[in-house]
Amino acid sequence: MNTFSPGFQGRTHRFEGRLPPGQYPTEDFPVLSAGPTPNVPTDSWTFSVVTEDGTARDWNWEQMKALPQEEPEVDIHCVTRWSKFGTRWQGVPFDAFLDDVETAADFVMAESYGGYTTNLPLEDLQDGKAWLVHTYDGYPLSPEHGGPARLLVPHLYFWKSAKWVRRIRMMPDDDPGFWESVGYHNYGDPWREQRGWSD
Amino acid sequence: MPGSWRSARLVARRPENATARTLLLEAPSWPGHLPGQHVDVRLTAEDGYQAVRSYSLAAPADGGRIELGIEPALGGEVSPYLADTLPVGADVEVTGPLGGWFVWHPERRGPVLLMAGGAGIVPVIAMVRARREAGSTAPFHLLYSVRDPDRVWYQDELAAPDASLRVDTLYSRNAPPHTPRLPGRVRASDLPPPPPPPTSPPSGTAPAAPSDAAPGTVPSSGPPSSFPSREGKEADLGTQCYVCGPTGFVEHVGNLLVTAGYPPELIRTERFG
Repeated sequence: MNTFSPGFQGRTHRFEGRLPPGQYPTEDFPVLSAGPTPNVPTDSWTFSVVTEDGTARDWNWEQMKALPQEEPEVDIHCVTRWSKFGTRWQGVPFDAFLDDVETAADFVMAESYGGYTTNLPLEDLQDGKAWLVHTYDGYPLSPEHGGPARLLVPHLYFWKSAKWVRRIRMMPDDDPGFWESVGYHNYGDPWREQRGWSD
Repeated sequence: MPGSWRSARLVARRPENATARTLLLEAPSWPGHLPGQHVDVRLTAEDGYQAVRSYSLAAPADGGRIELGIEPALGGEVSPYLADTLPVGADVEVTGPLGGWFVWHPERRGPVLLMAGGAGIVPVIAMVRARREAGSTAPFHLLYSVRDPDRVWYQDELAAPDASLRVDTLYSRNAPPHTPRLPGRVRASDLPPPPPPPTSPPSGTAPAAPSDAAPGTVPSSGPPSSFPSREGKEADLGTQCYVCGPTGFVEHVGNLLVTAGYPPELIRTERFG
């Protein structure tokens, strides 16, 4: 018999199979960031992929917008326990940035305007699992949600979807990013509830 | 092994204003925490359904005694239950402490600017209390934005005189009679001036933004600033800013601070909702 929280009813029963453990659904779009929001004008925006030998490929805003575009509709899961279903984005499938890249690295660091970083296995950005998005719900992505452009890696907790991303740096060896250095899980799979170091 | 949950008993509930509540919980073998950290609270219904939400810790731990601040969300699933229904003497489960960034380290001697909006005061009062408990003389300045006088949390405590803690309450809608400041959201003129930038930054600090860059603009070339520099000696020199409240408040105040010249790498934010 349950001995905790007498009289608690609860009412979120309807998302089984779609809601990862320990999450609750929200209709809002909460914001999580560690510092002030950087202001990044699109006319000076660039995005780079840098391999382990220092070779860089760069795209400016127009070049990025000229790449093939997709409109992913995905569920997103924040480590602060909210999940949002059916979010609609527009952006470039990440494979488009990796097509001509020669690398033997297994890991990447996503680096953002403002200095935020997060690390991922390279394979988590490949094969249609990730995007660089610039439009949310039909409108240009707002700065507090990572505009002008952010990563979208919906199969991991949302802190891996780096806001204001400016560079992907290939790493032969894994290295923790910002939240990963202050207690958050290195990989962050919401379905295995990989929230913190002890998970 | 996601989280490790421990039982915690509600030992007292105290109203802070018409809606906000302080909950005192006894969580045996609580490991302690830093001011600014939070806990996750788990509730279980009769049919086994569980719900988890995060709540800020409002004070340093007293043994296993922890203090939470709860502002019930209208129509919320968990916070109204915690604020007014959970019986004193009943148990919930908690895990934590959580959050390693929006924290103040009591050994840090540098000045601190705290900016709280509404219920964002909860992790901020934890820093004020930890400073007092540690006997720290770090200069603290709290700017507390609150809608109406009857929405203020921790009223008597914040009104108590303390030579090195300055508290300015900024009413956003209705102010008490004879308040010189007109009600309204936080303005640039409410901020203390930022400390002058060091003329030659000590080695290891982030490069300063070029002086010709528009405030808040990030240079589009060059190395990324060493954003959120970890707790280091260099960070001891500048005013560390903590901003907590609803997203709109945090965005607005973050922009005001950066525009006023506070270094972005010394601004830490936490948002509610």
